Amino acid sequence: MLGGFSEEQIRRYSRHIILPEVGGKGQKKLLSSKVLCIGAGGLGAPIIEYLAAAGVGTLGIIDDDIVDLSNLQRQVIHGGNVGKPKAESAKQFVNNLNPDIEVKTYIERLNANNVIDIFKEYDIVVDGSDNFATRYLVNDACVITDTPLSHGSIYRFEGQVTTIIPHKGPCYRCLFEHAPPPGMVPSCQEAGVLGVLPGIIGVIQATEVVKYLLGIGELLTGRLIYYDALNMTFDEIKMRWNKQCPVCGEEPKITSIQEEIYGESCRIW
Amino acid sequence: MAVELDLKGEVCPYTFVKTKLKLEELESGEELCVTFDHAPAVENVPRSLKNEGHKIMGIEQKGEHLWIVRIRKA
Repeated sequence: MLGGFSEEQIRRYSRHIILPEVGGKGQKKLLSSKVLCIGAGGLGAPIIEYLAAAGVGTLGIIDDDIVDLSNLQRQVIHGGNVGKPKAESAKQFVNNLNPDIEVKTYIERLNANNVIDIFKEYDIVVDGSDNFATRYLVNDACVITDTPLSHGSIYRFEGQVTTIIPHKGPCYRCLFEHAPPPGMVPSCQEAGVLGVLPGIIGVIQATEVVKYLLGIGELLTGRLIYYDALNMTFDEIKMRWNKQCPVCGEEPKITSIQEEIYGESCRIW
Repeated sequence: MAVELDLKGEVCPYTFVKTKLKLEELESGEELCVTFDHAPAVENVPRSLKNEGHKIMGIEQKGEHLWIVRIRKA
């Protein structure tokens, strides 16, 4: 045991420990960190994969879905697990990759009733969800519980990613106050998605999480990266804190999580 | 009294990784003496340590394949 690491850990994390910005101290920070992954799908797969490899000690994985053959075009951690709950399949992948990681699975849907209790357990939340109801629920709950959030979303050949540190920078609602009306934006199921796309966006999210946990570099706070795979461009959109933001503004209208705000069928507040 | 670390039998990059982990346990200004029997480590480890700001106080050859590197923590 050197610096509290086992011989196996010294080898596993050696390429991290060598980095001046990480070292043994940084690696220990990662091992004692707790990250919640919302969804174990297209974005969740690379997020979970790299956070587990990096040695993030506790990974919460919430997903109520079952692995379907159509998922394997992009959800690279679920091979051989068609028919299994995605959270369980992800846990199996993590256990095989890195036995240091404790995985907590939640085979349920994130909702207004469970979100606050679950978020309280974690240092940072990574949103890999695929719908606006969850996205706004996650954003609002992160602001209310003061939990940092990595946001990512994908559509066909395009993706966007930003990092939200509540009350220190803008939140998702500062940029997009309300969700588009139902039916206006087709889901991935209807619209299709290039299989490699969530790999790019998810890995950027995982990068941001690791940087946040280590306290190094410049985070994507107040900046949104817009990625276009067809033209292979990364554009950066400046985000400003909105004083009138309904959740993080000066006089917020949303101060607690109310179920009716996040209904899938009506306009999300 | 310098702290000692025996890395006989260890090869690169773990020679550096383990030296670095040991240094993290010490206070600034403390000295660490590391024993190596892996020839490339005698060049590589001091270079990497200097990059991180530590000071190499001396490299002593103790045998045909045995060296002691003395380091002062930054």
